[in-house]
Amino acid sequence: MAILSEQDARKIIDKVLSYSRADEMKVELTGGRSGNIRFARNSVSTAGASNNLSLSITSVLGKKTGTSDINEFDDASLEKAVRRAEEMARLAPENPEYVPMPGPQTYAKPQAFVETTANMKAPDRARLAGASIRSIMTSQLSGAGFLEDSATFNAIGNSRGLFGYHQSTDVNFSLTIRTPDGTGSGYAAGDFNDVSKLDTGALTDIAIQKAKASQKAVALEPGKYTVILEPLAAGELIQFMIRAMDARTADEGRSFLGKKGGGTRLGEKLLDERVTIYSDPANAQIPGSPFSPEGYAHQKVVWFDKGVVKNMSYSPYWAQQKGAKPLPQPSGFVMEGGTQSLAELIKGTEKGILVTRFWYTRWLDPQTLLYTGLTRDGTFYIDNGQIKHPVKNFRFNESPVIMLNNLEALGRPVRTRGNLVPPMRIRDFTFSSLSDAV
Amino acid sequence: MKRRDFVKLSGFGMGATLLPAGLLAGDPVAGRRISAEELLNPGPDVAFKKQMADVALNAAKSKGATYTDVRIGRYLRQYLFTRENKVQNIVNSESYGIGIRVIANGTWGFASTNEMTPESIAYTAGMAVEMAKANAEIQREPVVLAPQKGVGEKSWKTPIQKNAFEIPVKEKIDLLMEVNGAALKKGASFVTSNLFFVNEQKYFASTDGSYIDQDVHRMWPTFTVTAVNKQTGRFKTRDALSAPIGMGYEYLSDNPAEKMIIPNGPTVYRYAYNMIEDATAAALQAREKLTAKSVPAGKYDMILDPSNLGLTIHESVGHPLELDRVLGYEANLAGTSFATMEKLQSKNFQYGSNIVNLVADKTQPNTMGLVGYDDEGVPCKQWPLVKDGILVNFQATRDQVHLLGETESQGCSFAESWDSVQFQRMPNVSLQPGRDKYSIHDMIRDTEKGIYILGRGSSSIDQQRYNFQFSGQLFYEIRNGAIVGMLDDVAYQSNTQEFWNSCARICDKDDYRLFGTFFDGKGQPGQVSAVSHGCPTTRFNGVNVINTGRKI
Repeated sequence: MAILSEQDARKIIDKVLSYSRADEMKVELTGGRSGNIRFARNSVSTAGASNNLSLSITSVLGKKTGTSDINEFDDASLEKAVRRAEEMARLAPENPEYVPMPGPQTYAKPQAFVETTANMKAPDRARLAGASIRSIMTSQLSGAGFLEDSATFNAIGNSRGLFGYHQSTDVNFSLTIRTPDGTGSGYAAGDFNDVSKLDTGALTDIAIQKAKASQKAVALEPGKYTVILEPLAAGELIQFMIRAMDARTADEGRSFLGKKGGGTRLGEKLLDERVTIYSDPANAQIPGSPFSPEGYAHQKVVWFDKGVVKNMSYSPYWAQQKGAKPLPQPSGFVMEGGTQSLAELIKGTEKGILVTRFWYTRWLDPQTLLYTGLTRDGTFYIDNGQIKHPVKNFRFNESPVIMLNNLEALGRPVRTRGNLVPPMRIRDFTFSSLSDAV
Repeated sequence: MKRRDFVKLSGFGMGATLLPAGLLAGDPVAGRRISAEELLNPGPDVAFKKQMADVALNAAKSKGATYTDVRIGRYLRQYLFTRENKVQNIVNSESYGIGIRVIANGTWGFASTNEMTPESIAYTAGMAVEMAKANAEIQREPVVLAPQKGVGEKSWKTPIQKNAFEIPVKEKIDLLMEVNGAALKKGASFVTSNLFFVNEQKYFASTDGSYIDQDVHRMWPTFTVTAVNKQTGRFKTRDALSAPIGMGYEYLSDNPAEKMIIPNGPTVYRYAYNMIEDATAAALQAREKLTAKSVPAGKYDMILDPSNLGLTIHESVGHPLELDRVLGYEANLAGTSFATMEKLQSKNFQYGSNIVNLVADKTQPNTMGLVGYDDEGVPCKQWPLVKDGILVNFQATRDQVHLLGETESQGCSFAESWDSVQFQRMPNVSLQPGRDKYSIHDMIRDTEKGIYILGRGSSSIDQQRYNFQFSGQLFYEIRNGAIVGMLDDVAYQSNTQEFWNSCARICDKDDYRLFGTFFDGKGQPGQVSAVSHGCPTTRFNGVNVINTGRKI
């Protein structure tokens, strides 16, 4: 059984801790199952399933650490893994940045585990994928998609009395539909903890509609345009920014949060005042892990409040250096938005470009958080509140920091890739060249 | 390896975002962490592996499989991470198990296990058959497999001089500390350095009658140097000019015959890499970049070093010529390809200028894609992809090659690990040297207004591989036949076909060097592979350069 109960997980962790001869020890126990099905050209191509249960032990001798992993759970094997971690610590070079492990923590109780998702089996996946394939074939289009589900748990304990346990489930589905003449392509994706919220039929309908509507796209000159970014596109750029909010790199002067003459931009208004971004493991729509790999608690943290930089993430070492509290990077974030739907945002746009998603987004300059990438699978011209015609894909060169200063309107946030992101209307978004790709 | 796992292994925060994006793949790369000494454990012998393979082959057949192949894999890895004078992490890992792929009812099925007992293997083979039969319900056409005559019992090994796992960890750490020290001494504000070593012990058996034992080695030494000017608030980085490579530890040696010094420019390396020397230069160059001239946008003749052009080859030639993309199997992830079947069949699609010859080659020495046999037991070979500028072939596996009207696989099957199903991955794809004697010195001398780019930088290409934008590590302005200074904020944008047709001059074989990518991602669920791309320094005329400088 790959999903252990809290009681069984604690029993194993306590046993392993009892074998320790080190100054400190941390034990992480993870397990679960996952399954997937992939299709292309309206036919299944591959499928797979796996179960896993493994234990990772980190032993500390002074400031020297060693880690060993094992997936055998008899007493002798567990003790062998403990001795191996201690031996590796003995051989390791001293880490002057080592910080003692945290003691007991108080964790949130996110409801991230859904039984129906945990119970998914191969026929469930085949049914969900098959329904999508049938719908695509009825429309005489060609589809490629991927469905993946998982049920996992992780538990953590250390020799200072810390213990944490968390279970979660996930399911995600995405598909790309192309027209037979190769001139149209549409995409849709959804991810949830609860599979009953996943409507592959509705997502397939969106992708079909986008594929048909994107046929015979018109070329527009590259330049600065007002854009409506769907949550998938907007969320990708904002996620890069959230990942770059490390305090140490900012203090060291090599981050977009560093400033001329030294110091950081903490407390400065960096973005439009309508931008508030926070993380919260207890959020019902995107429940996250209540603890970091080191065992520190994930709590509600506001990263930007009305455009002002409110927090940066601190590793335990850097927190100690700066007299701050360790603050782990969040696993998901919420960007507050408005009440309008995507359709209402479009309706309120005089002239602009609707972007379904971005592709191959890569950093260009970490100093300005400048990224490049391309639009894909549904890019449309909006005129006087109406989608008028598809446009050829663009390459963009843009920074989320600049983008969130050119904000015109925000819609209602929706879950995308584990985050809650609103659709947004942005002025002066930089498209630097055209692409013939469909 | 998932990004969060890599970040955990490396102890990196922001730094990890600067590493190759190809690090997105399945979990098994991390494996089970073991001591360094255990990396020298020889593992199970060939007789045991043959016995277990036969268990799988027989079990699958008895359940109704019409074809079966078995991969028993033992994957050993050692990754070392340092910053300044500190060791962040040393990770030694082992992953061992068996993957069984079958055809039943005309459909593929796959299952794997790490429990290497006859009972478990027979059970797993049965699961693979069950999966094939279940999937047959939504399969539209039966799998067509190109014939492959069994090769009997064979063994193959990467020709290495020094097994990197036999070098003591202390020696490797001392090297990295010396690298970091050298960079700091020359004014670097920060430096991270890493060593990646991989040994794939792969045993393949199939119902065709092949039993192939392979021992594959590759490595990647790399670093990033950062220079910060706190007064201006600016910072610049320079990454190593090394190549990830299919060699042993002998790559990390100083051999003057394997390096070239460019006048007013950097030193570049071939099959011996002096990491300390490169880090020293990197520190000076990162500082120089802080005051480099911001490039005026416009058209330039681009002189691309192999350390830069290799990635452009990878993205604009290697990926678009993968037959699974051409056919639509990657449509939901990486996309399709502009290089369609019709373009190949026309026999006159001008992929590049007539001096452009691109070959696929899994037999090329020192490359990371070098193996004796692919993961379907097909003996490896070389074949042309673009000949005198014309598109002449794709890359295919046994179940695809009939679509090209051919009856023999090109040997492009690869799986990241024993528990991932094999599929089509690119072989080494390389640009052939120019036929006339012509050096980088000649090329610089013959260029009036150009930019000479070295090193891998930001890269992005669309989902059909038309529009791309690449940057680099070092940009040198060339005026009237000489390097006159360093440039900054440079990225070049083009369309694949236009770019390769602007190829004006290629240096000769003496300048031929390798580039490589260690973590190239593809597929759903994602898998990584490693592959090399060789080329000499090459000039492309009239390429569009944009200025990427912005203010926030």
